[in-house]
Amino acid sequence: MQPSFMPAAIAAGVTFILGASVMGIRLQPAGISLEVTSAPTHVYLGLIAASLFVFILQYFRLTERFSRLLKSSQESKVELPAFLRTQQQQRLWTMLAIGALLLFPVIGSRGWIDLATLTLIYVMLGLGLNIVVGLAGLLDLGYVGFYAVGAYAYALLNTYFGFGFWEALPIAGALAALFGFLLGFPVLRLRGDYLAIVTLGFGEIIRILLNNWTEITGGPNGISQIPKPTLFGLEFNRRAAEDALGTFHEFFGIKYSPEYKVIFLYLLALILVLITVYVIRRLIRMPIGRAWEALREDEIACRSLGLNPTMIKLSAFTLGASFAGFAGAFFAARQGFINPESFTFIESAIILAIVVLGGMGSQLGVILAAVAMTILPELAREFNEYRMLLFGLIMVLMMIWRPQGLLPMKRPHMELKRG
Amino acid sequence: MADTLLVVRDLSMRFGGLLAVNGVSLTVDERQIVSVIGPNGAGKTTVFNCISGFYTPTEGEVVFQGKAMHKLPGHKIAREGMVRTFQNIRLFKEMTVLENLLVAQHMHAERNLLKGLLLTKNFRIKEQELVERAAFWLERVGLLDFANREAGTLAYGQQRRLEIARCMVTQPKLLMLDEPAAGLNPKETAELNALIRELCHQHQVSVLLIEHDMKLVMDISDQIVVINQGAPLATGTPEEIQRNPDVIKAYLGEE
Repeated sequence: MQPSFMPAAIAAGVTFILGASVMGIRLQPAGISLEVTSAPTHVYLGLIAASLFVFILQYFRLTERFSRLLKSSQESKVELPAFLRTQQQQRLWTMLAIGALLLFPVIGSRGWIDLATLTLIYVMLGLGLNIVVGLAGLLDLGYVGFYAVGAYAYALLNTYFGFGFWEALPIAGALAALFGFLLGFPVLRLRGDYLAIVTLGFGEIIRILLNNWTEITGGPNGISQIPKPTLFGLEFNRRAAEDALGTFHEFFGIKYSPEYKVIFLYLLALILVLITVYVIRRLIRMPIGRAWEALREDEIACRSLGLNPTMIKLSAFTLGASFAGFAGAFFAARQGFINPESFTFIESAIILAIVVLGGMGSQLGVILAAVAMTILPELAREFNEYRMLLFGLIMVLMMIWRPQGLLPMKRPHMELKRG
Repeated sequence: MADTLLVVRDLSMRFGGLLAVNGVSLTVDERQIVSVIGPNGAGKTTVFNCISGFYTPTEGEVVFQGKAMHKLPGHKIAREGMVRTFQNIRLFKEMTVLENLLVAQHMHAERNLLKGLLLTKNFRIKEQELVERAAFWLERVGLLDFANREAGTLAYGQQRRLEIARCMVTQPKLLMLDEPAAGLNPKETAELNALIRELCHQHQVSVLLIEHDMKLVMDISDQIVVINQGAPLATGTPEEIQRNPDVIKAYLGEE
């Protein structure tokens, strides 16, 4: 590649002119009118530095070199590490991982356990959305709507009918599934961009509805004092409510500590996630999971083989939404307070980012991505203002370097007997 | 005389002002190989799409085993035992060869969610049956060694054979092949010829074929239907068709 002077000089010039016209001139109020003044010298020095940077970048074609570097690293296929190859080893490591997660509350601080609980909620959401987006290939930007349905289902059932967490949990899941089913109908004919826009609208409709239906949902004030889950009727508060069986510390005769509640919530989330992982793992290996993937690959071929695309799409929406419903109910119980602010579009975007980063269809990938997406921002708290910037940068780099995600889905390998 | 399997009567398909298919009729008997031929753009694939339910014909009827098909959606027609391949191969490219065949057997699978989630014995037996049937057909089309490869990575000829195997695992009565020999070399075409004969004679399926390879068509067909510009031109045995002056005119032009 030859270094080229003219294009680089032009690019630098454009940078300077654009920069100067945007940042180099300021409007200052002078009395009742505005006056155009020049920006301070350091702005111009900065602009010159930026132009130089662009010049060097263009002159040596650094961007092209960089992207070629990324391309070459993309070619190499990432295999699972050796200790994860055979099924027995996988099982062993899964057991060890679950054991470690169970023991985590013993060593983790309260803050970390709380963060881990939040991470687990995102794992559940990511896994649920993975059904719709990763497996069935239906781009859903309104997934947070089902999450909201689950959360409000528990909150409202509790406020108006006094339902506890355990009674409300299945109802929340079923209600979210029903909403998934209802959303499925109008979007049956849509694919890709159109589907994304309609689902985006659906998520917003739910949020705006919750925001404005003040008499029932409390509007922007939300719903507060949502009770925490109980352990077979035992509460984790200092004093039991009147109709409760008693409290956890009294029943076991130990001293009250607010940490028990945090640990209990963490373990509950862990159990919910483990169930989710198992169920989806089975679904992928069942006829319905194969049909979802086939639908993603080729809808017309599906129809030609006797598969009903309508039913397959609806089942993906329904089952995917139900997991968001469970996660939502748990979220409401953990927070104790919900309002529509928790269910904005950015939540959908984060869940989608988890699925895409993790590798469409891959469960382990989604779990790792969910952990990364919730813990990294926590670690980078000092750079709070730059978080979204960092987030965007990671997404762009991922798309160049690994469009297939961290751990792309592995196809099942089966041995066949010769007949 | 064998029983009649498929009857297509006066099939017409109109797209706006364009009459793509105009009054085509054909019958397929059990264990018979029927070919549909005609110049490019004659409407052969449109006839296929009408029969297999991808289009709803404007006029005419399609009767399969005594049941009217022309009002049913495509997936229901496939479930009746009439499955097709596509001119531009439509495999599930990112799934393995074996998974392609398992998806195709969806209607034979144990689809009860609870049984699948709990991995009941019944579910496992059913799944094993699907795998065995898939293995049987993979061996027939010579793809057993590729069972765990992603379908999109197979060579072109292998993809064509996989598509046929994928139809066969659904246990059809009538197999509809849309230009199965397109893009195959002479050796592969000869193998395809043998495969189609085997399907018909050993596995009791009828075959409805669209094909441009005249050697294959003349060699294999019991009946040939010629379509030209959407309209039926001639029907008969290969010998009759080869001698038919109208057919010669349509293919070679007038002297």
